[in-house]
Amino acid sequence: MIKVLQYSFYDLIRSRWSYVYFLFYLVLGFALLFLNNSVAKSVITLMNIIIVLTPMIGTIFGVMYFYSSREFTELLLAQPIKRTTIFIGQYLGVSLSLMLSLVIGLGIPFMFYGLWQSAEMANFGLLLLSGSFLTLIFVALAYNIALSNDNKIKGFGYAILVWLFMAVIYDGMFLISLIIFEDYPLDKFTLIATMFNPIDLSRILILLKLDISALLGYTGAIFQKFFGTHAGIFSSLLVLVIWTIIPVYFIARKASKKDF
Amino acid sequence: MKQFRFVLGIFIGALLLSLPAAAVTTEVCATCAVKSVKDAVLQASPYDTILVRGGTYLENNIIIDKPLVLLGENAPVIDGQYLAGIVEIKSDSVTLRGFVLQNVGLSYTQDFAAIHIGNSDYFVIADNVLKDVFFGIYVQKSDYGLIHQNTISSQAVEEFNSGNGIHIWHCKNITVTGNHLSRLRDGIYLEFVEESLITDNISTNNIRYGLHFMFSNHDDYYDNVFINNGAGVAVMFSKFINMKRNKFLRNWGTASFGLLLKEIYDAEIEQNLFEENTIGVNIEGTNRINYKNNRFVGNGWAVKFTGGCYANIFTGNDFLSNSFDVSYNTKMNDNLFDHNYWSSYAGYDLDKDGIGDVPYRPVKLFSYIVNRTPETIILLRSLFIDILNFSEKVSPVFTPDDLLDTSPSMKIIND
Repeated sequence: MIKVLQYSFYDLIRSRWSYVYFLFYLVLGFALLFLNNSVAKSVITLMNIIIVLTPMIGTIFGVMYFYSSREFTELLLAQPIKRTTIFIGQYLGVSLSLMLSLVIGLGIPFMFYGLWQSAEMANFGLLLLSGSFLTLIFVALAYNIALSNDNKIKGFGYAILVWLFMAVIYDGMFLISLIIFEDYPLDKFTLIATMFNPIDLSRILILLKLDISALLGYTGAIFQKFFGTHAGIFSSLLVLVIWTIIPVYFIARKASKKDF
Repeated sequence: MKQFRFVLGIFIGALLLSLPAAAVTTEVCATCAVKSVKDAVLQASPYDTILVRGGTYLENNIIIDKPLVLLGENAPVIDGQYLAGIVEIKSDSVTLRGFVLQNVGLSYTQDFAAIHIGNSDYFVIADNVLKDVFFGIYVQKSDYGLIHQNTISSQAVEEFNSGNGIHIWHCKNITVTGNHLSRLRDGIYLEFVEESLITDNISTNNIRYGLHFMFSNHDDYYDNVFINNGAGVAVMFSKFINMKRNKFLRNWGTASFGLLLKEIYDAEIEQNLFEENTIGVNIEGTNRINYKNNRFVGNGWAVKFTGGCYANIFTGNDFLSNSFDVSYNTKMNDNLFDHNYWSSYAGYDLDKDGIGDVPYRPVKLFSYIVNRTPETIILLRSLFIDILNFSEKVSPVFTPDDLLDTSPSMKIIND
């Protein structure tokens, strides 16, 4: 598996898109820190970008890589290697190269501006962590889609739809249901509904860390109680881990049954 | 007859001249003839001076029923041992200066205070340190007083068993300046107080309000600082108030305000700073108020209207990085926003006159939704909400369409 991972990884970090992605974050990081004097404000702006962009790039890149490396995959399948090894290796290769672009691309400018001494280090770390999780989750979802659709156009369509659903439509439905059921106590419902969307979950995780907690706490102390404590953060991270493991498990299952 | 009048004049003159000379200074200390403040007050005649030397005096319920000047030298400590109030002033023209008063008793039926002033005009309370008090300075029905540079603190934890720092009730022409108030219920509490001046006070970490203002007209408060109070500052049911150059900082919590205004008419609010409050200014039923040159920085809600507000004018204010600049719960608008600076303004200025060419809409659709269903705040900063706000900005449906700043400034106005 390590061999396959290595191959995919090196293949990708040599490709132009990885560099573009890396340079984008690099420029973004420098520009934000240059324009906003405060690191705290930059972290908020970055969060807005990361929670939209990392899932999108993850899904598109995942689908794209799967389809473009199809011939090589078929070649590998002819070898005496386990199928799960091949697909999980590829998946990890893609995710790791994307995560690397994100972490290094944003890490360099922040290090350059002396972030290690600032109090925002923990928030920035959490931002990178949730960005990495979002990459892992959405690349896995993309792989699932690509595995079950041989038609490239359909595959891309579904992948974009999944991203659109998680980033926009889900929140719309969430909002409408909150307004419809406004006469009922909604604290628990809200809490559970955020768990079902990794984008929402990472957004709230970061928002609470960035001291917007008092705005949330204005309505119900339950968010504060849940997300504000260490236990809350750990259980949210646990949910993100579960969100990663389940699609990866489905990759493995689908890959071992698929007829090529 | 003329001569008689002249003699009478001289006689009265001499009498008047001899009056100050008649005032005696009594000293109180551990080794003096008079060993307690209470005895000194009993023995003194009106207009005497009592000089209390450094040391600790275990006394409470000191009743001052004649005009006296009490001076503390080297900060003498009067310890109430948590039994009752410490000093009670029942006469006009009493001065109390330079004492440390500590450990006032707690009561659920009586308002024990370190200094209680009732029906006594022309008092001066200055340079005292009041520690561990129930009520600090309690003034009722007394006019023309000065409360100056006192430090008042307590250990308040809950509202029901704590008192206010400076509590003024039914008074006129009181000046409260340069006091430092911390960890009380309300820092300064005013009820039915007219024509008074509150300046340069610092009120921090109080469990309810830094300043609490009720039914008090024609008052001014300038240059005060309110930091990290449980619920900020509340001004209610009052007319003709001037609030200038105050700072409202870090009143951050689930039910906190920088400034809470309820039923206020004809006030001037100028050059104040509202920074990092959950709600900068919460406005309810307030009419004809001018907000000029204030700064709103990093608040959750900079200005939140909660109903019945007419003819308020906002000009020359800076709104910087607030989660919501203005929140409104109706479609009707009778308030004017003009020539303010909004950090989230995205317009342009082609003719370079420093005023944006496109009007700015300070009310976002999302703030309207949050007003209706508070739980939706969980969707703050999500992409869907940004799209929603954008579409509402293009064609307002839910938010008042005449609520806009037609000439938003391109540059920060108050630095």
